[in-house]
Amino acid sequence: MTTPPSDHAVHLLREMLRIRRFEEKCAELYSAGQIRGFLHLYIGEEAVAVGVMQALTPDDAVVATYREHGHALARGIAANALMAEMFGKQEGCSGGRGGSMHVFDAAARFYGGNAIVAGGLPVAVGLALADALAGRRRVTTCFFGDGAVAEGEFHESMNLAALWKLPVLFLCENNLYAMGTHIERALSQQDLPAKARTYGMPADSVDGMDVLAVEEAAGQAVASVRAGNGPFFLEARTYRFRAHSMFDAELYRDKAEVEAWKTRDPLRLLQDRSLVDAAGFAAIDAGVLLEIADAVACAEAGTWEPIAHLTRDVYTPALEGPRERRAR
Amino acid sequence: MSAAPAKRTTYREAVREAIREALLRDPRVFMMGEDVGRYGGAYAVSKGLLAEFGPERMRDTPLSESAFVGAGIGAALGGARPIVEIMTVNFSLLALDQIVNNAATLRHMSGGQLSVPLVIRMATGAGRQLAAQHAHSLEGWFAHVPGLRIVVPATLADARGMLWTALEDPDPVLMFEHQTLYNMEGELAEDAGPVDIDRAAVRRPGGDVTLITYGATLYTTLAAAETLAAERIESEVIDLRTLRPLDMETIFASVRKTRRVVVIDEGWRSGSLSAEILARVAESAFYDLDAPVARVCSAEVPIPYPKHLEDAALPQAPAIVEAVRALMPASVSR
Ligand SMILES: Cc1ncc(C[n+]2csc(CCOP(=O)(O)OP(=O)(O)O)c2C)c(N)n1
Ligand SMILES: [Mg+2]
Repeated sequence: MTTPPSDHAVHLLREMLRIRRFEEKCAELYSAGQIRGFLHLYIGEEAVAVGVMQALTPDDAVVATYREHGHALARGIAANALMAEMFGKQEGCSGGRGGSMHVFDAAARFYGGNAIVAGGLPVAVGLALADALAGRRRVTTCFFGDGAVAEGEFHESMNLAALWKLPVLFLCENNLYAMGTHIERALSQQDLPAKARTYGMPADSVDGMDVLAVEEAAGQAVASVRAGNGPFFLEARTYRFRAHSMFDAELYRDKAEVEAWKTRDPLRLLQDRSLVDAAGFAAIDAGVLLEIADAVACAEAGTWEPIAHLTRDVYTPALEGPRERRAR
Repeated sequence: MSAAPAKRTTYREAVREAIREALLRDPRVFMMGEDVGRYGGAYAVSKGLLAEFGPERMRDTPLSESAFVGAGIGAALGGARPIVEIMTVNFSLLALDQIVNNAATLRHMSGGQLSVPLVIRMATGAGRQLAAQHAHSLEGWFAHVPGLRIVVPATLADARGMLWTALEDPDPVLMFEHQTLYNMEGELAEDAGPVDIDRAAVRRPGGDVTLITYGATLYTTLAAAETLAAERIESEVIDLRTLRPLDMETIFASVRKTRRVVVIDEGWRSGSLSAEILARVAESAFYDLDAPVARVCSAEVPIPYPKHLEDAALPQAPAIVEAVRALMPASVSR
């Protein structure tokens, strides 16, 4: 007797697979020289973005880092627009100006794409402050890595958000490394929820390789924030399967460690748990591969912004009339 | 110059050799920064040095720019000779408070009691499609601040030689290494060692126009000078080497000879180092000039990601050639 996999499980699997296949393609395109600059892959960590996004509504805001392709896809930014951005084409979601590290989509309330470690946290606090001031019940989710926890901006933001009881979900993706630095060599206190609690906010930790666990923990965290209890800190314990960036020779960790984590591949864990068989997986994969192929075709067909536009979007274009006399 | 045999090396290796020499020569010297040890440095500058000198003297820090730069200041006050590495100039902004409010002021605020013998090294500049948070040239900002010395090695000899001299300086020295120079290869004398950090250098002599630059744009400028030479316009190319204090003597001597001057700077034009240099030329050498002062700077835009736009944003040789042609009398330029 077998129970068929639930639609929801298939949805989660597909979402994670979209990220996996998108990024595998990005790595290929990087080697081919079509994607340039810094490229940071999220492969291995897909369950975190996908699990958390299930708890958010379209009204909520997301702030992410330079390792944000997964978050962007899971948030609903089209693979076409994202791939065009990777190429630097003007059809990209940031008009091609940002590239891999600076994905933005105002309509999706996706506020980057911040490549200064911990630079997104204060911005998330401010987005939440605006909601609080306007009396809106929205949640701002801020993703950041374990490395960010050492920065002053992390501590200042945690304190502000807790002090002012702002609706922020601080989502720490603890993949054990900040570039080549293991968390044990970076943080005197590695119990991150304990650290967060000292600011007077509730905190939890979840297995970041298990998308169902992430979904559940994020659901509870978001519910707490939305209920007006102030910020929440959630640690997702995860691991990046690939190098930090395309320039990293990975001299700081053992292959065996990477292989051990790969046995807990989030895709495989969900597939096993949700009883998606090989044929079912192949069917999902085929659809995903089509989507990615289409995204690459779109990006290739995309156009370069004319050089005459170089200094565009440094300032917001003026509206009609002198601004001091403009009616509000 | 010495007749010592030369060896092939890269800018990266030259900086590494300078760090190595400093660690060997002075037990008070240590280096700290993000991923300088185990990872070998974001630009692989310090690769191998952890094994040679150990984790006390090749010290990995957490991501805490403000704290470890400030700790470098404190360690310098306490008698150490720290070399602090910040990965990229954009990240130095997290440590701006410590650099500007402490490192630059302690000597003065203490009425001359304290000195901060600290060297801070960092990568700077664009050219690798790293977009608007990893590619700016902010060394000109730091050159605004009294109390700091700003040095910019553009050549292998300077990459090899400036660090030791900077460590000997009793005051804070900031050293800017352009990202695109690390792979630059060339010949360096086997016995290359410390160099002065006071004087600008004439990298190409010429009598028709003075081209003033520093860092990676030295090579763009030299390329432009080649093109101009084919048109029989001889450029004198000055590599500033030190942005603060400026060696105005070398600049004035050249301008008096050529009577024309162009500054080439990867920084933005507004409120910039190029503005400072040209204001000083206008203040003190106005009557030596035969043409208005000119400059080629980066476009006033954060660095965009796509290659064609990044290239368009940065000073390029054709723009330098154009700027020079515009200064020449019609009979010479055509
Ligand atoms: C302020 C700042 N310092 C240094 C860097 C260089 N850098 C980029 S990513 C990174 C590691 C960050 O690690 P973590 O926060 O754990 O995120 P992960 O890359 O593991 O997702 C470093 C040091 C930076 N971008 N910003
Ligand atoms: Mg990490």
